[in-house]
Amino acid sequence: MSILVIAEHDNETLKPSTLSTLAAAAQIGGDVTLLVAGNGCSAAGQAAASAEGVAKVLVADNSAYDHEIAENMAALIVSLAEGFTHILAPATANGKNFMPRVAALLDVGQVSDIIKVESADTFARPIYAGNAIATVQSLDPVKVITVRGTAFDAVSAEGGSAAVESLEQVEDTGLSRYISEEMAQSDRPELTSARVVISGGRGMADSEHFHLLEKVADKLGAAVGASRAAVDAGFAPNDMQVGQTGKIVAPELYIAVGISGAIQHLAGMKDSKVIVAINKDEEAPIFQVADYGLVADLFTALPELDSSL
Amino acid sequence: MKVLVTVKRVIDYNVKVRVKSDNSDVDLNNVKMAINPFCEIAVEEAVRLKEAGTATEVVVVSLGPQAAQEQLRTALALGADRAILVQSDEPLESLSVAKLLAKVVEKEQPDLVLMGKQAIDSDNNQTGQMLAALTGMGQGTFASEIKVDGNTLQVTREVDGGLQTVELNTPAVVTTDLRLNEPRYASLPNIMKAKRKPLDTLTPADLGVEIKANTRLLKVEPPAERSAGIKVADVAELVDKLKNEAKVI
Repeated sequence: MSILVIAEHDNETLKPSTLSTLAAAAQIGGDVTLLVAGNGCSAAGQAAASAEGVAKVLVADNSAYDHEIAENMAALIVSLAEGFTHILAPATANGKNFMPRVAALLDVGQVSDIIKVESADTFARPIYAGNAIATVQSLDPVKVITVRGTAFDAVSAEGGSAAVESLEQVEDTGLSRYISEEMAQSDRPELTSARVVISGGRGMADSEHFHLLEKVADKLGAAVGASRAAVDAGFAPNDMQVGQTGKIVAPELYIAVGISGAIQHLAGMKDSKVIVAINKDEEAPIFQVADYGLVADLFTALPELDSSL
Repeated sequence: MKVLVTVKRVIDYNVKVRVKSDNSDVDLNNVKMAINPFCEIAVEEAVRLKEAGTATEVVVVSLGPQAAQEQLRTALALGADRAILVQSDEPLESLSVAKLLAKVVEKEQPDLVLMGKQAIDSDNNQTGQMLAALTGMGQGTFASEIKVDGNTLQVTREVDGGLQTVELNTPAVVTTDLRLNEPRYASLPNIMKAKRKPLDTLTPADLGVEIKANTRLLKVEPPAERSAGIKVADVAELVDKLKNEAKVI
């Protein structure tokens, strides 16, 4: 078996989702080659060489891969695909964007968002918003797979000593161009890799009250999330959304505040190790999945929590 | 511009799915079916482009069993001009759907293909990207805003950590995210009118596409249940439990 893993990175270092994808690759077994593609990504390429279990790093550093534009990323990956039995990428916005394009160009299917490796060709993945888990066997000669980062324990970013090779060829399709981005600025950890997440729902009543969550988050070193109801109501931006249509998180501690617990939200957080729910409605479905439930008005409970930490 | 928009017939998103007792699949017998919510957003966007005078014709396509006509009629009632059903009783995986759609694109020559980013049954999030690859088009996935400017599109995308804007040449494939728009409800007069709009039926054989399975479904199981824990009396007890029992803070 020979596995090509596509790295998610910020040009300087590998993102945790890459280390989780490498863990999935290790479970499949075989030689692992890690592709770091981007614009100005040589530092990330060097960092990738020390990731555990990587035999070889390929670095494609060119403006054609600026912001991992899907058309050019797919063309690059396809040009490298020969000889690999598996091509894996994290199921992030980038991986979800370019991997199906890779699969179609190779005339194979894709197994999306796997949460478990059963064997080299058989994988488990959630369907119906996580209300069922399907075990599927890939029948294709090359397995194109995206990996749910929270389902695999990251490999170490240190200890490896892979050879680094710079790619000379450039794949520029000219089909699309990066224009701009607006990223949320925050000093808090990223939602999908935070050890603690505290999320607010419709019960927060307005966006102003999210600062009550933020104060607790800063004491716990937590990321701040929101339910879809809170996003739809305009209390929080969409990139904070936890749930089926937002981010999937599985922190050690998840604190749901003023969140009723719609299936859609549970799909995004129910694999958290410890779940705390704070809600004034004791019938709220969130209590059915919470390890610790506190029936209380969040506007008194949050300041109390803040001062007792 | 001509817009092709796709709809998938899926379980209604309010219905809680159940896994069959033999673990062969989920049980869809006598379950309410509907247009996949992301596809509904795609239809709404296409109709808005037509209302704005940007789109000249909106053609809606579905692939699946004959019953998918219901979802096509709904899309026609929402404002699409005509419909195409690629009828197949065999299960269709994403790559086969993309191959069939590529043939429809070849026939219809749309300037823009609007699709949902994923279907809420298989949660694959693949078909739009695959269609773009097979037709050599650019792709704007997870769109929260689409601006048409002559032969280019500016698509704002929902990405991890924020929003990204890309420019695409037309023809292009754009897949919708939730915040692109809020779909309307079909009015009764429009539902009546939709019954008289053209709906053509094709088969995979008509399109010269051989349906192939890329995966085999071995089993479907319910997810591990999480059981309810305990209720704590106050914040002090909560903090104590988190510190000394769960040891997570």
